[in-house]
Amino acid sequence: MADLADKVVAGARTRPDGKVKVTGGFAVSSDLHMEDMLWGATLRSPHASARIVSIDVSKAELVPGIVAVMTSKDLPAKPTYGLLHADQPVLASDVVRFEGDPVAIVAGENLEACRRALRAIEVIYEVLDPVTDPELAEISPPVHPDGNLFRRVVITSGDPEIQGEIIVEGVYEVGMQDQAFLGPESGLAVPDGKGGIDLYVATQGPHQDHRQLAPCLGLEPEAVRVQVAGVGGAFGGREDFSVHPHACILALKTNRPVKMSYLRNESFVGHLHRHPARMRFRHHATRAGDLVKVEAQILLDGGAYASTSAFVASNAARFACGPYKVPNAHVVATCVRTNNHPCGAMRGFGAVQACFGHESQMDKLAAALDMDPLQLRLRNAMQTGDRLPTGQVVHVPAPVRECLEAAAAFPLPPTAVDNQDGYGLPGGAGRTADPSRVRRGVGFAVGFKNIAYAEGYNDDTRARCLLHQGRATITCAVAELGQGFVTISRQIAKAILGVDEIDLAPASTGLIGSAGSSAASRQTYMSGAAVERVCHEVAARAKQSFAQQHSIDPESLLVDGGFIVSKDGSIRIPIAHACPEPIEVEVYHMHPPTAPMDERTGQGDTDVSWLFGAQRAVVDVDLDLGLVRVVQITTGQDVGRALNPVSVVGQIEGGISQGMGLAVMEEVISVNGLVKNPSFTDYLIPTFADMPPVEVSFIEEPEAGAPFGAKGVGETPSLASTAAVAAAIRAATGLDLPRVPIRPEDIVFAASAKPLSAPQFT
Amino acid sequence: MDEQISFTLNVNGHKHEIQSAWLGESLLFVLRERLNLWGTKNACEQGECGSCSVLIDGRLCCSCLEMAAAAVGTDILTIEGLAPNGDLSDIQEAFVEEGGVQCGFCTPGMVVAVHDLLEANPSPSSLEIREALSGNLCRCTGYGRIEAAVRRVVEARHG
Repeated sequence: MADLADKVVAGARTRPDGKVKVTGGFAVSSDLHMEDMLWGATLRSPHASARIVSIDVSKAELVPGIVAVMTSKDLPAKPTYGLLHADQPVLASDVVRFEGDPVAIVAGENLEACRRALRAIEVIYEVLDPVTDPELAEISPPVHPDGNLFRRVVITSGDPEIQGEIIVEGVYEVGMQDQAFLGPESGLAVPDGKGGIDLYVATQGPHQDHRQLAPCLGLEPEAVRVQVAGVGGAFGGREDFSVHPHACILALKTNRPVKMSYLRNESFVGHLHRHPARMRFRHHATRAGDLVKVEAQILLDGGAYASTSAFVASNAARFACGPYKVPNAHVVATCVRTNNHPCGAMRGFGAVQACFGHESQMDKLAAALDMDPLQLRLRNAMQTGDRLPTGQVVHVPAPVRECLEAAAAFPLPPTAVDNQDGYGLPGGAGRTADPSRVRRGVGFAVGFKNIAYAEGYNDDTRARCLLHQGRATITCAVAELGQGFVTISRQIAKAILGVDEIDLAPASTGLIGSAGSSAASRQTYMSGAAVERVCHEVAARAKQSFAQQHSIDPESLLVDGGFIVSKDGSIRIPIAHACPEPIEVEVYHMHPPTAPMDERTGQGDTDVSWLFGAQRAVVDVDLDLGLVRVVQITTGQDVGRALNPVSVVGQIEGGISQGMGLAVMEEVISVNGLVKNPSFTDYLIPTFADMPPVEVSFIEEPEAGAPFGAKGVGETPSLASTAAVAAAIRAATGLDLPRVPIRPEDIVFAASAKPLSAPQFT
Repeated sequence: MDEQISFTLNVNGHKHEIQSAWLGESLLFVLRERLNLWGTKNACEQGECGSCSVLIDGRLCCSCLEMAAAAVGTDILTIEGLAPNGDLSDIQEAFVEEGGVQCGFCTPGMVVAVHDLLEANPSPSSLEIREALSGNLCRCTGYGRIEAAVRRVVEARHG
């Protein structure tokens, strides 16, 4: 098997969709169009909380070019949807619960007509006081009939009364981050002429869309097909519906194709964000620096609707202590409902917030112990065989020490301030810094997270392979978001079957069962494994067929890297030519089962595996202006086995840029539930000029049972980058800086900063 | 608002008649919705992201900020005009080879911007590359592989 893994890696290729993407020929969902299509558009609530008194669409219906105007009264079937609980209205009927709750949809001959129609809809609202402070949510009037608590997760292990010789406590806050994928939410819904519908949409999981969609349309499941269209990035933000039900409902109503595509300001309300967090930690250690106990209270603001909040809360709790040996722990993670924008999945999924907390604490503890922060981490680093606070034993490679050491091993950049005509200073092209007031800082952070779904969730996938006339066709409903499943699946098939001609069928619910979502760093691990298994099975059948055709004992034959060979060496024939008939096989794949957590203690073997990653950040800070330049980020990342090294580096650099963004610039700013910066002018993401050089070390300790040893890599780089950059800024400034993103005023006016608030320990 | 005009645009060396357009239609809108040139992308439509980058008379600009009717008489080059015969330019080739492409949404605009950069400055420093491309947002790559692609082109062109 090691040989085959080498063969997969040696066969690493460039993206098969690369050529069409660099020439502008790749259709993303917003490029879809049909001759007779209508455009759709959505009217959304301008209020964070209000009662709908009346909606008058009569003037909108008269706008030239308008074909349909629909409100909640016109919905065909189930009026709500949701990934875990159907608590989100397709269109609001009685109340709106966040700024952006959809209240009406229109379809028209062009987008301008739709916009005019939206302006002509008269909605009378009775505006209510929104619940916007997550700390008050549980004692506030219910925002929704389901109440204001999504989930409280408690994990208790060891001796809750034990005290350490050294105790440090801190309160931390993480602002709301946006996935900020570039491709707008968009899709094209096409009636099939038989009462059913085909939806082509940018999504992470066509089958989870399908499961929610058919009941909302009042159609049998087989009458609805969801196909993944070209996806312009996702990062968790395409787990939930955006245009899906609206485009389909309008298309069914008008019996014409309907395209919907959001502008950026609508995108900021049209998908869910990363949960803002308020956290209180208390770390206990011996004087020698061994962790004794971690106490944590984590409060996550889930916003108006449930989405995946219950699992985000669990992740925040499970990973709150960090990848360390922690013999005693008491962790409470609570996710509440408010009238803020709904939050859901984003790269790192609860573990990013937790990591900022536990890593800030490790630095605080190091300071209290007068110990080097890296040495403190190394001293406490988790290893294979250690027990997590959930009681689960870490049975897979856990190269925490190796990740940290690899990040630390890269040479530091020149210590002199990088003065490239001023451009290299904080403030960049503005050339605002006084070089004598610039300080350098270095910070470390390490994080971990589970791969795939957890807590007993039914996590499965399927792959089909058809081998015929030297050509393999793989059908597996994985959403390609840019991560490269289109590359890795072909690499695997090529290594096993030896064929060069490999097609990947569209990811459609009409063609095969679910592959699960492209989320949780799970698709190489899960669907990569399914492709591996199905190709082995096809090869085995080709061998059987060949033996039968030539009356050879199949036991005398072997499959070896694309060939069928006889043990005596006299036969060697490519698998592709071994069987004149088509061979088609489908496999079902599920990872080893996980278990729910005990509701009272949080104990349970909840996870199938984990990924680990460490970063070292180097920053320069302008003390007067509060501007930060990130100078370098180095990383050691546990990848199991890098099957396509260039793709893995790309995942790591991209994840680090998002983590750095959360550290110094990215925040969806919400005031009384109203978002103030829904644009790329005001919500800043790292540009080419912001991004420092990144140095990457793969830590390759192949995981048994994973396909060719490969772990997921998508989320790992996002986990600790934010914490590492924050640590470096603290090192440069000597300030506490307990909140990210760290804004210039947090540095310049640190002395007058208001203390943060977080739940007390219980 | 409803006044309609017709005009001719020269895009990728071909003349296109634009019939009955509203005066205020952006070049981005006309390229996509009227000429079906979908390679020029629409991510922010306010000049922040660079996904809609095109060259107008050799000048790099965000087509979302240009009025189509004001581009009459200019030579407009879009991503589709960079490799008209299906052969990749060295820049496009390098993007594929170096892993500069993930979701691909920013890619056409980024390729146009690199084309512009290397026309003006055949040997850019790392700083010059980063400054020149800082108007083109990419959310997937963190820019590292894109910079590697640019360097590859520069090195290859200098033999």
